[in-house]
Amino acid sequence: MSSTTATRVPAAPRVETPFQRFVSEFAASRIALLGLILFLAIVAIAVLAPWIAPQNPYDLAQLDIMDGRMEPGTVGGAGFTYWLGTDDQGRDMLSGIMYGLRISLIVGAGSAIIACLVGASLGMLAAYAGGRTDSLIMRLVDLQLSFPAILAALMILAFLGKGILNVVFALVIVEWAYYARTVRGSALVERRREYIEAAQCLALPTRRIIFRHLLPNCLPPLIVVGTMQVARAIALEATLSFLGLGVPITEPSLGLLISNGYEYMLSGKYWISFYPGIALLVTIVSINLVGDQLRDVLNPRLKR
Amino acid sequence: MTAFLLRRLIQAAAVVLVMSLLVFLGVFAVGDPIEILISPEADQFERERAVKALGLDLPLWQQYLVFLGNALRGDLGRSFVFNEPALKLILERMPATLELAIGATVAALIIGLPLGLYAGLKPNSPVSKGIMATSILGFSLPTFWVGLMLIMVFAVQLGWLPSTGRGETVTILGMRWSFLTSDGIAHLIMPALNLALFKISLVIRLTRAGVRETMLMDYVKFARAKGLSPARVTFVHVFKNILIPVVTVVGLEFGGTIAFSVVTESVFAWPGMGKLIIDSINVLDRPVMVAYLMMIVLLFITINLVVDITYSLLDPRVRLEGKQ
Repeated sequence: MSSTTATRVPAAPRVETPFQRFVSEFAASRIALLGLILFLAIVAIAVLAPWIAPQNPYDLAQLDIMDGRMEPGTVGGAGFTYWLGTDDQGRDMLSGIMYGLRISLIVGAGSAIIACLVGASLGMLAAYAGGRTDSLIMRLVDLQLSFPAILAALMILAFLGKGILNVVFALVIVEWAYYARTVRGSALVERRREYIEAAQCLALPTRRIIFRHLLPNCLPPLIVVGTMQVARAIALEATLSFLGLGVPITEPSLGLLISNGYEYMLSGKYWISFYPGIALLVTIVSINLVGDQLRDVLNPRLKR
Repeated sequence: MTAFLLRRLIQAAAVVLVMSLLVFLGVFAVGDPIEILISPEADQFERERAVKALGLDLPLWQQYLVFLGNALRGDLGRSFVFNEPALKLILERMPATLELAIGATVAALIIGLPLGLYAGLKPNSPVSKGIMATSILGFSLPTFWVGLMLIMVFAVQLGWLPSTGRGETVTILGMRWSFLTSDGIAHLIMPALNLALFKISLVIRLTRAGVRETMLMDYVKFARAKGLSPARVTFVHVFKNILIPVVTVVGLEFGGTIAFSVVTESVFAWPGMGKLIIDSINVLDRPVMVAYLMMIVLLFITINLVVDITYSLLDPRVRLEGKQ
């Protein structure tokens, strides 16, 4: 095939930018692509919820208590069909899930970004400063990682109480150590490379070496850890909210929706818990699929 | 070795001390316990007497020392709700949690080992691929939701198993156990499976990786060349060798299982420590919260210490690390 193109088009060898190569390598896995499409669809639903949801679940005027606990597919008093049923307040579950996704994604992504900033800074500091600073930070990381995340988050929320900001804070506390360990590990390797030595010989300021030379080369593993941690944060937030320690009732995330359906489960009204759970599951699995493929694509040891 | 042990013990004690300070400050930051303890109608005099009796008029650092001194004597305060020593409440519920955690560990091994073995021996068969895909799901599924779904299917729809509680118990050594009665076992199955979900996936993956690695070893090739039956090679030569790392990891996970039983106990209303702490947080029963947190911190530090010591016995490099 290449010979036929060569006869027709003599010049212009195809130059692939690193980004294009990254995209084509990522797209090589069908299942990862499916994960990415699913995830983008979920983000789109969450962002567009106020415009596409059949009902605003926060607007009490739109709710009809007579429509409470209706089975999926029932036509309600307001004239539209409750495809996924209603909860005890007469809230449309489909709309509830769309709005709940917003909260779950904001908490998950928000905590991951803050934890990434905190963890990456501390990890970089540990790698660059070395000595006592390094061992102090890494001791903290070890301590943090030796306690299960659920317990540490539980402890923090037990003292701080419910609230979106409190949940984000608790998630940052349990997650930063993963980022710190990742960045320190790759920064220690990169620091010994020649380009850093060259930059140091040019007498560039330390700030410039760290941000322009060292950090960009530590990014790939950070991105992989970050993706996985978003999924973990969403799952942990849902668990905490289910236990009644996470988000307040006024801002129901998927976990809280599932929790609301718990008491109706025993009387066979499965849909109040079932569908938010499916939404949660699809979100977590799609992020994990993307993260898995990113790990393969961004791993330098697997580079051809 | 003695120096290593001593250093680790001092480190562990330091961590306990730091955690006790954090827990104490956390409780202090929540607010004034007096508001909860005395009735709203109490007059100024009664109020002051209560403050004095509880030592709340002392400066913060003195209160901490009192707290620490009491904690060392095993007194972690009295529950506001049950009006019993907090430590006693927790110890009473500990057997239930231990039973659940051990049940989950056993279930993970019984289910995970055969599946992992099969997936490792026949890595390309469709069944193995199915097993591996399911194990990914085991890592991704939110545990509490799976618990709800188990209740829905097996308790509500099919009616095979009871949905909540511990069932009939037998008292042995002053502790109540469920696993010795058939009713108790019926109650134990679903919570234990739910808690085991994550571990089953872990055991499958560890076993599969171990089998695939061990199958290439020379001693396995030799055993096959000797003409031993495939079953004997698999179960005596391969299986025995992969069992050690799998059991080690599962043992290490035990602390995490006890921590995570908080979720499972809440779903299945299993009357263990985890259910107690969630209920206590919801009614702000602070002494129980403090006692639980301190117990868990102690438990984890003990587990980590035992692991460190075991590793240092097995691997001299760990022991010599700090001596350079």
